[in-house]
Amino acid sequence: MIVAEPKPIKEILEMVRDYKKILVVGCKGCVTVCNVGGAKEVGILASTLRIAARKDNREIEVGEHTLERQCDPEYVDELKDIIDKYDAVISIACGVGPQFLSERYPEKRIFPGVNTKFMGGAVEHGIWAERCAGCGTCVIHYFGGLCPIARCSKSLMNGPCGGSAGGKCEVSKDIDCVWDMIVKKLMKEGRLDDLLKFRPPKDWTTARDGGPRRLVREELVK
Amino acid sequence: MNDQNSRKIIAFCCSNCASSAAGISHKLNETLPENVEVIQVPCTGRIEVLHMLKPFENGADGVYIAGCQEDSCQYISGITKAKKRVQHVKKILSELGIEPERIEAFSLSAARGQEFVQIARDMTDKIKAMGTL
Ligand code: SF4
Ligand code: SF4
Repeated sequence: MIVAEPKPIKEILEMVRDYKKILVVGCKGCVTVCNVGGAKEVGILASTLRIAARKDNREIEVGEHTLERQCDPEYVDELKDIIDKYDAVISIACGVGPQFLSERYPEKRIFPGVNTKFMGGAVEHGIWAERCAGCGTCVIHYFGGLCPIARCSKSLMNGPCGGSAGGKCEVSKDIDCVWDMIVKKLMKEGRLDDLLKFRPPKDWTTARDGGPRRLVREELVK
Repeated sequence: MNDQNSRKIIAFCCSNCASSAAGISHKLNETLPENVEVIQVPCTGRIEVLHMLKPFENGADGVYIAGCQEDSCQYISGITKAKKRVQHVKKILSELGIEPERIEAFSLSAARGQEFVQIARDMTDKIKAMGTL
């Protein structure tokens, strides 16, 4: 899933300071699963904005709505009958959501209510970790199913580097060295020699280095 | 609100321990301050962050949760979860420039009727001193 965290309330209050009618829009996709942008969090943010207004003796109206997904135009369309009642919209979907809303409703002020962090998963309840950097050409099968691009601090394709110690990365004791994990896993499987196979340098044009990406699936295009 | 000085306080109370304590306090002829409105819940673990925020949104000046002792919660970890959420709500209040002490969580056992009333009185005094939100 795409993992995000709430923006500080102060930052959000500053964004919408000049608006009296605010719509908070959630998304039932990834951000619901990582407890940051679903219907529940829409309610919490809306309530927080109302409490802030109460404290400052200001009159505001805060609407709440949660879309099936904010990254699909057909669902974004659903707002067309309600969005006009509001001067500003806070989207608490990942960064894709507020952009899709801005594109569909260019006359509205759309604000991001979360900071989008990475593609990953929940390793424990309440703890998420990065797993994929979206490089565009997946190679994890060469590395015991572990991604050196997303999980090595230097995205090394040949590791570990000299900073690996006791299974930890030199960048932080909180980061497991993925190259330590890769080597140990392949040793256990008796496949360490796989790492000696010659492979040409990775083609980074499919990653962000090739500029903003677009995907066309002819069989699906109407 | 009863008069200008009495601030509305919402008390979410677990029906296993805190509410039994309330029953005992009643027998002891100890009455709760009038500004404290008790909402009984089957377990404090069910009280979400939003439930804790709503009273503030709707005019309350203080909120507290009264649940079991952490090691004797009827549903294992209800009060522990509630306390974590209270900490989160305190953080939200602080970020809004509101005193985080306006929300608290307390652990009680079913037999502590007097303490139940004392918590309500202490919260009332504290919130009165802070004034309206
Ligand atoms: S190799 Fe590329 S696509 Fe595969 S998990 Fe790593 S970053 Fe993601
Ligand atoms: S210590 Fe491991 S994870 Fe850290 S940069 Fe070196 S190889 Fe990558």
